[in-house]
Amino acid sequence: MDTEDLSHNIRQLTGINVRECYQCGKCTAGCPVGDRMDLRPSVIMRMLQSGDNASLEEVLRSNSIWLCLTCETCYSRCPMEIDIPKLMDYLREKSYSEGKVHPESRNIVAFHKSFLNSVEQNGRLHEIGLVLDYKIHTGKLFQDVTLAPEMYAKGKLHIWPEAIKDKKSLARLFKDQFKNKKS
Amino acid sequence: MKIGFYPGCSLTGSSREYNESLLAISKEAGVELCEITDWNCCGATAAHNLSKDLSLTLPARNLALAELDQMDELVVPCAACYNRLVMTQHELGENESLKKIVSEKLQMPLQNGIKILNVLQFLEKHIVPRLEQLVKNPLDFDVACYYGCLLVRPQRVMKADRFEDPMTMDVIMQKLGANPIDWPFKTECCGAGFSVSKPEIVGELSGKIVRNAVDRGARAIVVACPMCHSNLDMRRPAIETYLNMKVDIPVIYITQAIALAMGLTPRQAGIQRHFVPVNLPVNR
Repeated sequence: MDTEDLSHNIRQLTGINVRECYQCGKCTAGCPVGDRMDLRPSVIMRMLQSGDNASLEEVLRSNSIWLCLTCETCYSRCPMEIDIPKLMDYLREKSYSEGKVHPESRNIVAFHKSFLNSVEQNGRLHEIGLVLDYKIHTGKLFQDVTLAPEMYAKGKLHIWPEAIKDKKSLARLFKDQFKNKKS
Repeated sequence: MKIGFYPGCSLTGSSREYNESLLAISKEAGVELCEITDWNCCGATAAHNLSKDLSLTLPARNLALAELDQMDELVVPCAACYNRLVMTQHELGENESLKKIVSEKLQMPLQNGIKILNVLQFLEKHIVPRLEQLVKNPLDFDVACYYGCLLVRPQRVMKADRFEDPMTMDVIMQKLGANPIDWPFKTECCGAGFSVSKPEIVGELSGKIVRNAVDRGARAIVVACPMCHSNLDMRRPAIETYLNMKVDIPVIYITQAIALAMGLTPRQAGIQRHFVPVNLPVNR
């Protein structure tokens, strides 16, 4: 895929025209996690504008896309009103389904997946279930071990999940999700 | 008066005090909140990070259920749920064919016209007009009104009053007798959903917010989002590690501030559920 195709493709799929970016750098300047990113938001924009498949590949394998908090500061301040957070969502979904998640971001992705597993099971989030699932998948067994009893004492945790009645309707929404995911 | 209500998962668990205080002040003001029948999780950050499909269908199911319940106004107190529901309504409103696809997936009709209110809009419309009679214990101290991200951005969709320096919460706190400070961290991000997966980022981002509020003399930080609350309150040890000092400023929900000003007990406001003890002149 050459440069024309890449930005055209992104526009087709997301409605975002990366070519509108003129590299003012406001997105990077205001990003609360910009200093931790391997590729900063304005750099990602430039790579997608001028890049080929190799650039896209580098973006999909970056930790930046997972460090983005979707705080929407970049979008709010962009003089061209480019919806960078929406672009990040597109890149994240693609990175995840193609099995290209940056090693340092695997915990973040594991948390998201554990969250969705809990929702798929009950229709609502079960916080204990989420954290157990996360611990099993990341091996972080001892993180926050003192927090749960304290939360429970303050009435902030359900021991058992609170499930919705119409679980079938939820199962339908989750059916076929992530089925073509590469690991 | 009956209004539709989407509590979201946090309000049934980790932010129970937000739910309790909201229901308590609504009752005082004679407003009845009716929960959507069989509502589900909005999908939160996880869904929009991993699946565009789920990021639309999960919120849309709730919108469709609210329509079946014949609600025309829906209060969504959690800022994160509010953001997801409004973003979904906006996206489906702009794209008729996408709305049709989502409606087919849900196997439910979807008009997509329900009026969604965040907590500040709800308070302004239904509680503030009755405040004058209901405030019994004015809050006579400095507060830092912290809005976070999701109530104000993206401003093209959220349409907050001013996205860099919003004032709606400040105005409500003034009506309770409090003095909202002028500070630059009103809409800075707290670290959001990284509470478990990247707690050190939460420590840094929330630490900067808390430090500025303290430096400017606030006695409490007032919030309107369960995620902001748990990061600023429950994650206080990570904040103190980042700041390398002890910080005892309490973090209260705006609904708790209203409850205390109305003369409800700290227990009715759910104050005892916080990690950072709340010692304010009003509830002593």
